[in-house]
Amino acid sequence: MNNKKSIPQRILAYLKGNPIVIILTVVCLIVGFTVDNFFSWGNFNNLASNTAVRFLIALGVSGCLITKGTDLSAGRQVGLAACLAGVLLQRADYSGRMFPNMPEMNMVVVLLIILALGAFVGVLNGVIISKLNVPPFIATLGTQTIVYGIALVFTDAQPIGGFKKAYTQFVNGKILPVGDFPGIPYLLIIAVIFGLLFWFMYNKTTHGKYMYAIGGNEVAAEVSGVNTVRSKILIYMTAGIMYALAGYLLAGKAGGATSALGNGYELEAIAGCTIGGVSTTGGIGTVGGILVGVLVFELLKIVLQFLGVNPYYNYIVQGLVIVISVALDIRKYVKKK
Amino acid sequence: MSEYRLEMKGICKSFPGVKALDHAQLRLRPGTVHALMGENGAGKSTLMKCMFGIYKMDEGELYFEGEKVEIGDPMEALNMGIAMVHQELQPIPARTVGENIFLGRYPMKKALGIIPIVDHKKMYEDTAALLKKVRMDFDPKQMLGELSVSQMQSVEIAKAVSANCKVLILDEPTSSLTQNEVEALFRIVEDLKAEGVSIVYISHKMDEILRISDEVTIMRDGQYVGTWESKELTTDLIITKMVGRELTNLYPKRENVPGEVVFEVEDFSSINPKSFRHASFKLRKGEILGVGGLVGAQRTELMEGLFGIRSHTSGTIKYNGKELKINRPKDAIDQGIAMLTEDRRASGILGVLSVADNISVASLNQYLDYGFCLNNKKVEKLVQDNVEKMNIKTPSSKTQIQSLSGGNQQKVLIGRWLANNPDVLILDEPTRGIDVGAKYEIYCIIAELAKQGKSIIMISSEMAELIGMSDRIMVMCDGRVTGFIDGAEATQENIMELATQFE
Repeated sequence: MNNKKSIPQRILAYLKGNPIVIILTVVCLIVGFTVDNFFSWGNFNNLASNTAVRFLIALGVSGCLITKGTDLSAGRQVGLAACLAGVLLQRADYSGRMFPNMPEMNMVVVLLIILALGAFVGVLNGVIISKLNVPPFIATLGTQTIVYGIALVFTDAQPIGGFKKAYTQFVNGKILPVGDFPGIPYLLIIAVIFGLLFWFMYNKTTHGKYMYAIGGNEVAAEVSGVNTVRSKILIYMTAGIMYALAGYLLAGKAGGATSALGNGYELEAIAGCTIGGVSTTGGIGTVGGILVGVLVFELLKIVLQFLGVNPYYNYIVQGLVIVISVALDIRKYVKKK
Repeated sequence: MSEYRLEMKGICKSFPGVKALDHAQLRLRPGTVHALMGENGAGKSTLMKCMFGIYKMDEGELYFEGEKVEIGDPMEALNMGIAMVHQELQPIPARTVGENIFLGRYPMKKALGIIPIVDHKKMYEDTAALLKKVRMDFDPKQMLGELSVSQMQSVEIAKAVSANCKVLILDEPTSSLTQNEVEALFRIVEDLKAEGVSIVYISHKMDEILRISDEVTIMRDGQYVGTWESKELTTDLIITKMVGRELTNLYPKRENVPGEVVFEVEDFSSINPKSFRHASFKLRKGEILGVGGLVGAQRTELMEGLFGIRSHTSGTIKYNGKELKINRPKDAIDQGIAMLTEDRRASGILGVLSVADNISVASLNQYLDYGFCLNNKKVEKLVQDNVEKMNIKTPSSKTQIQSLSGGNQQKVLIGRWLANNPDVLILDEPTRGIDVGAKYEIYCIIAELAKQGKSIIMISSEMAELIGMSDRIMVMCDGRVTGFIDGAEATQENIMELATQFE
């Protein structure tokens, strides 16, 4: 029963099971040594910040996927949160202010408001899915459209800018600059903290165990005393909170927001999770895997950018990576004849 | 032409970590029913899947009508005249009977002389003829989902017959049939036999085997034990050859002493008027109450109603004199009631999750540190305790439960419930689909639990098990409790009498 392997053996076994990681590492090394500035702090910062936000969204959607659900409203929820955060955090002296007479608000208060909004939309998703028994794909397709509509009505489809300095500075802030090293982006730290929180939640709490149980066999979980309705509402609520957080950070990072922000992010997040080994048939998925999946995607984007590939090709390459990596991954689970 | 319709020789097949078949063999004569027997995991289904082309065998030869052949996939097998009715039927409920039968080989015609389209008229005419052949008289255009399990099975057999099969594999065909339906199935089998079809019949039910089969091949641990003529065999002989040892005791000696009444159900009715109604019974401390009845007697429904899986309209449940309100399984579990459900795969195991996750899911709150952080060491201890106590065979606690055998899965599920230390255990067909050896182990566990003072309700469709294990037997028919029989006085006859008291 004790088959403890040495660390190099484990790494080897991991790489064997995850060919996409090897391929991408090789590609990065080649690009890094042939193209200038690929291995640079600026690029690291760029990659870390992009990955961090996408990782938060993917963490949110992962719970839905593990319970055999999905959340198509993720991207639009990010967009709505970004717009709301933007409006509430515009400078008092900014001429294009949406509510000119509103006093300036504290950014922590705004964050809490945004997170509450995310939680509300998430609970709504959860209730529609678990109480009204609408299939998650359809339920979140509906809320996706509703949330987008709200964002359009709310912003009148106008871009929002002129944010408080404290807000944009915080989101783009870094810590511990040493010499050439410009410091660790706050975004990266936030992502690490939430990664650890999710790891803990998925592995160490009853809620996490129930989530995997529901994904493994919902009826059996219910029979074993799991309150599947409550669990699912909690999962979609947590997801909503993560999207809202991501929206808040994205608006601050870009220094502006529009109702179009977040379009398609749900698909990227689902793709990242799936590449990272989250099973769409439920019950399987790890935080580490999700990180790898998201990282694969973001690295790929940057590699293509550095190679000077016409950005329009990005979609084609990304699509291929999704299909190929999942096809490779699923071979592990397909029953051998 | 060879004496045999089909011969399999020296078949070997390995799966990661298991040698499923080790030089297995089988010879089928034309126009006979050949029973294939063995404990679960003996390799019967694997051997059949090799014959049918679902699995590729590692070694071995297959001769069909004297010629050596290789079967790469089920389509080739079908073309050759080998058909299989699977243990778990795989019909498409939302399509018609005709479409299910001709799926993949629809009769075609040419519209306007060139465009190939499905010839529905011919398809339904052919279906009607086939249904007549298997003595069924329902409408070929009926949706398959509207049929009963036995009717669906007849459709599967009709499908096999339509392929003009020469070899028909029936894998546990009667496991979910009532006695009448079994008789109907046997008539079809006799018809096919008279037409010269070789039938492989896999079943655990000795009486059926001895009645319907001409020859019996017995397998054990993937190996061929031997082939005998059915008339040479008896139930005891078959069991001895299957397990490779003499089974002196089929049931353990029970030392439990039923005490005072602890659990009382009164006038319990389902929201579905066709399901259980006005059920009343009492359960004593340390008692094993068997629940008998035909398939469709609503025994499972009643118990699932008590456990909160199904809804009820009226009735009371009293536990130690206190009335319980149970609306969902959680309510029942909190009161110290546990229920092992009938269909392990559908509502028992969490397939892709580990043994540890499966065994701990109903009692997670016990393994928390500081009230929120799971302690894996405590979970591991639970697993190891159960592995030892119940002799669960698993490579590790991290193994996916779906890769264990049925008996071991069942033991894990029993362990799941015992972790909560319940006082009332409802066991719904606890030994269904489990091999003889593991069955005895599960009987021992049940007997031991009753001795410890736990009250047990055991639904079983196996008469012998019901009589052998119960202190008292409650019999149901068509949603009603029709009577109680003392365990010592129970016979197949008096149970059957109560089980067939239709209104």
